[in-house]
Amino acid sequence: MAALIEIEGLTKRFGTFTAVDNLSFNVARGEVLGFLGPNGAGKSTTMRMLAGFMTPSAGTARICGHDVVEASLAARRTLGFLPEGAPTWPEMTVRGFLTFVARIRGFRGGEIAARVDHAVALTSLSGVLLQPVETLSKGFKRRVGLAQALLHDPPVLILDEPTDGLDPNQKHEVRTLIRAMAAEKAIVISTHILEEVDAVCTRAIVIAAGRVVADGTPAELEARHPSHKLDDVFRDLTQPRPSEVEPV
Amino acid sequence: MRTILVVARRELGAYFATPVAPVFIVIFLALQGVLTFNLGNFFERNQADLAPFFNFIPWVFLLLVPAITMRLWAEERRLGTIELLLTLPITQAQAVLGKFLAAWAFCAIALALTFPFVLTINYLGRPDNGVIASGYLGALLVAGAFLSIGAAMSATTKNQVIAFVLGVAVCFVFAVASYPLVTDFLTRNVPALAETARRLSVSERFLAFTRGVISLRDLLYFASFIGFWLYLNTVIVEHRKAD
Repeated sequence: MAALIEIEGLTKRFGTFTAVDNLSFNVARGEVLGFLGPNGAGKSTTMRMLAGFMTPSAGTARICGHDVVEASLAARRTLGFLPEGAPTWPEMTVRGFLTFVARIRGFRGGEIAARVDHAVALTSLSGVLLQPVETLSKGFKRRVGLAQALLHDPPVLILDEPTDGLDPNQKHEVRTLIRAMAAEKAIVISTHILEEVDAVCTRAIVIAAGRVVADGTPAELEARHPSHKLDDVFRDLTQPRPSEVEPV
Repeated sequence: MRTILVVARRELGAYFATPVAPVFIVIFLALQGVLTFNLGNFFERNQADLAPFFNFIPWVFLLLVPAITMRLWAEERRLGTIELLLTLPITQAQAVLGKFLAAWAFCAIALALTFPFVLTINYLGRPDNGVIASGYLGALLVAGAFLSIGAAMSATTKNQVIAFVLGVAVCFVFAVASYPLVTDFLTRNVPALAETARRLSVSERFLAFTRGVISLRDLLYFASFIGFWLYLNTVIVEHRKAD
């Protein structure tokens, strides 16, 4: 069976600046891919192209076989996406928001409540169901975004910094949740927290300046530096050599 | 269609979840009341019609409608929720239509709340209620036309104030296009455009409705006017959503 996410020569240029440069990789069912890179490396841009929010300048990607440019709607139906910063409409209650997403996703009647209840249970949101999102803490907001992405039980999950702003307990819960779902899904998470890669990812890709600079299991990456620390590997891979430093 | 209504329902809910709805409705009703009864000489005219009421409506809408539409897209972009909305399985056209319908339904609610004017005039005299109904239809279409402009302007920016000012400016152009000020100027300088400007004017078309004349030509005008701006709105959203 083909990989659930197939990326082929994906490129995004903004004017003369190339944010994502000819990126190609696949993610198969059962994989949890940690998508790493310094700020501005092109992680969010890549994820936005996969989610159909940005149009690639060149190349394409397929989600469950659906081209993200040619068959954007079909691709988005099979995808759960958590945008960067987990944006939600501040005045809506958690239940109102999730009900809206369930309706947009095409669920009807009793199924709407069933889906919302399921997503709420997965993300432990039952205590704040009737609160407007704007009154929630950062950690709760992030979980509301996560609940929205999981609602339709999609085969592909793309999560932009899912644990950003969570306290250690909440991080642990989210990681447990991701591990529990991992077997039947293809999951991509971007993160700055390198310990997360060890904790949940089966594979990690490091990008810098829009290009893949490393691709392997966390153990393989760690082996690339004498210290066996991901931090050191990350710095080695993503810091430009002095001769390559570009003027800002 | 169902998706459009789901979007519209959320959007309409957002008006009523914030103080936007009550503030708008109260100001609209107060303004219409003052203008109709005081400036419009409603009682002194001694005529059983709502002409003073309808005369002011395009001007009140000119000011208030861009206030309804300014948040439609500008706020989505500022909050980042546009990324959420447009990565759900809906097309841009569905999002644009849903938001427009919500704003239009909101205007319809505000207009419906002016019913005491109709009751008053029916109590005082025997007006031609057909003309009044036609006036209301015209007012709703003017609201739709201004809303479609305002929504498109809102899509061009992250800043609600800019969206509002742009909306008022463009609506103003279409409101005064048939006024002597504009047509005289055009006749003197670019005669070819004078007639076009008059035909494109929203207030000129509205005038016919307030006299009780509903013509297919005017209906088509409003339909294509709104259609054009909504199409432009879709193009702008597509082009600038990720900026």
